[in-house]
Amino acid sequence: MKISDAAAGLLLLVLAAAIGYYISGFPAMSGQNYGAALFPGIISAGLAGCGALLLARGARSKAPAFEFADWTRSGALAGNFALVCGALVFYIVAADTLGFLITGTLLLIALFLKLGVRQLPAVIVAVASSVCIHLLFYKLLRVPLPWGLLEFMAKW
Amino acid sequence: MADVATAFGLVFQPYVLSVIFLSAIFGLIVGAIPGLTATMATALLVPVTFFMPPVPAIASIVTATAMAIFSGDIPGALMRIPGTPASAAYTDESYAMTRKGQAETVLGADLVFSVIGGLFGTVVLVVSAPSLAEIALKFSSFEYFWLVLLGLSSAVFITTADPLKGVVSLLMGLLISAIGLDNPAAYPRFTFGSIELLGSIGLIPMMIGMFAVSEILRYAIEHQAEAQVFQKQIGNVFHGMWGLIKTHPLQTLRGSVLGTAIGALPGAGADIAAWMSYAMSKKFSKTPEKFGTGHIEGIIEAGAANNSALAGAWIPALVFGIPGDSITAIVIGVLYIKGMNPGPTIFIDNPANIYAVFIVFFLANLLMIPFGWAAIKAAKRILDIPRNILMPVILLFCIVGAFAINNTLFAVTIILAFGLAGYFMEENGYPVAPAILGVILGAMLEENFISSMIKSDGRLIGFFERPIAAGLGILTLVVWFWPLFARLLAMRGGGRPGSQA
Repeated sequence: MKISDAAAGLLLLVLAAAIGYYISGFPAMSGQNYGAALFPGIISAGLAGCGALLLARGARSKAPAFEFADWTRSGALAGNFALVCGALVFYIVAADTLGFLITGTLLLIALFLKLGVRQLPAVIVAVASSVCIHLLFYKLLRVPLPWGLLEFMAKW
Repeated sequence: MADVATAFGLVFQPYVLSVIFLSAIFGLIVGAIPGLTATMATALLVPVTFFMPPVPAIASIVTATAMAIFSGDIPGALMRIPGTPASAAYTDESYAMTRKGQAETVLGADLVFSVIGGLFGTVVLVVSAPSLAEIALKFSSFEYFWLVLLGLSSAVFITTADPLKGVVSLLMGLLISAIGLDNPAAYPRFTFGSIELLGSIGLIPMMIGMFAVSEILRYAIEHQAEAQVFQKQIGNVFHGMWGLIKTHPLQTLRGSVLGTAIGALPGAGADIAAWMSYAMSKKFSKTPEKFGTGHIEGIIEAGAANNSALAGAWIPALVFGIPGDSITAIVIGVLYIKGMNPGPTIFIDNPANIYAVFIVFFLANLLMIPFGWAAIKAAKRILDIPRNILMPVILLFCIVGAFAINNTLFAVTIILAFGLAGYFMEENGYPVAPAILGVILGAMLEENFISSMIKSDGRLIGFFERPIAAGLGILTLVVWFWPLFARLLAMRGGGRPGSQA
């Protein structure tokens, strides 16, 4: 998604105002003039300045505020993009319940099939890579990846 | 001297050497596959190095990145697709040489001059870093404030095409750095009641998002046209190299010097070094008309530059904790995790470890000769790895890698958020490097700013009262106002503003 300079400038001005409002509630450091609000205050002033400049620069051009790139009109490519994001969300939601091995395998199978890998290799590679990554991180590096439904395997 | 002996002992042991060996292969493969960058190699290595002692952890990053920057040249020459952005500057030139039947010469030159550039950068690093550290030991908060600001400013004003967007990117980075408890007042800022945000945004998951997940997103929306790999068997790549070294000493030196300098400049790394060196080579060439038709001169200069930039970037990273490129931005995070806090005292507290890092730099660049040769031989096989299998596996690796740093699922949310952010910034022409620098240096900037303000009682003139601070301060102001100043000069002279390289 392309965003025009004018729209970006406007968004930055809003952000700067929001920061300014938020930090106005910060307490002063006792006995000091320079507290927690000073640095974010300078940042917000800077953002406001940049926002104004972008707005001024963009006001002259006639570019639409928001523009979608070509790939968004291709169903397949937009689907790819959504699926990569969806895969991450799926992992966040499902990992603790299903466990790493199941979540990882499902995630890989979905992505493989969408990207055009044939069914049998997709399943084989998905299972193999999940197991390898699990071995590397769980066994070798001792990262506590969740077992989830496969809890009974943890004792093996 | 005892420290140097200890350092050799730290490096030359089976565990470290096998880490270097594996990292070399990893780096060569990652670099050779288009869409996977040297920075991504580093981000993917971090979760694994997390569990290693300091020296092998750093050694793996040094080796993998050096190899990746070289091997990025391979698909450039064989398929006209740069393996990493650092090879993009001379991809067309390399491919033109391959088309003329000179594939061996161009690949050989890529390899040999990568090694020379890498070694040159390493020598500069080894010589300059300890002496800079001596000076830096005397720095107070004023000098550090200006140094950080100078670094951030040069990242925005010197190396980006659109400084205004660069400033926006930098400010967003600084804003992200302000999240959490880590500020002089230890007051929770921008946490909105979230416990995870109290500890501020994890640097490593953020980098994995910005540099790995965003690449996967970019891959996902590409039209998957299979590129044609150059099919002919590659012969002896070292044939004629000695001749090239003897006939192009000036280009080699110029590329290496410029590369090291650009590398040391915060925010600009191997890719910008290669572009600028290639342009410089053309400008000073006796035969500029041959550029673009398959001419070796620019390839030599830019090929040396991008590898020397790698080592150059370590100079500010080790001495001041200011990263010279996106790779050292990650490295600084690793150094902190390993208890090797960057800064001038690292040369006093950890001399053996630092010498070990230097030794690894030499070793990695020398190992590049046999390993690079093998990678060229195996190029066809590496380039045949199907990317529709590779990319999803990398995504799963990113997830686990981010999770491994703190064992929280919040890290996965961060890689998603910053993957999208990195993608949209790139699409809209907002440079990513200033944002990264802002996040990394934000806390340092604020801390030195606040303590300087307290020391000088709020008088801004206090920032200019110490000589080095004044010098750095004036330099920073020059960087800020240079574009304006240059325009004024040009107007008075009646000429047009000088064009940017």
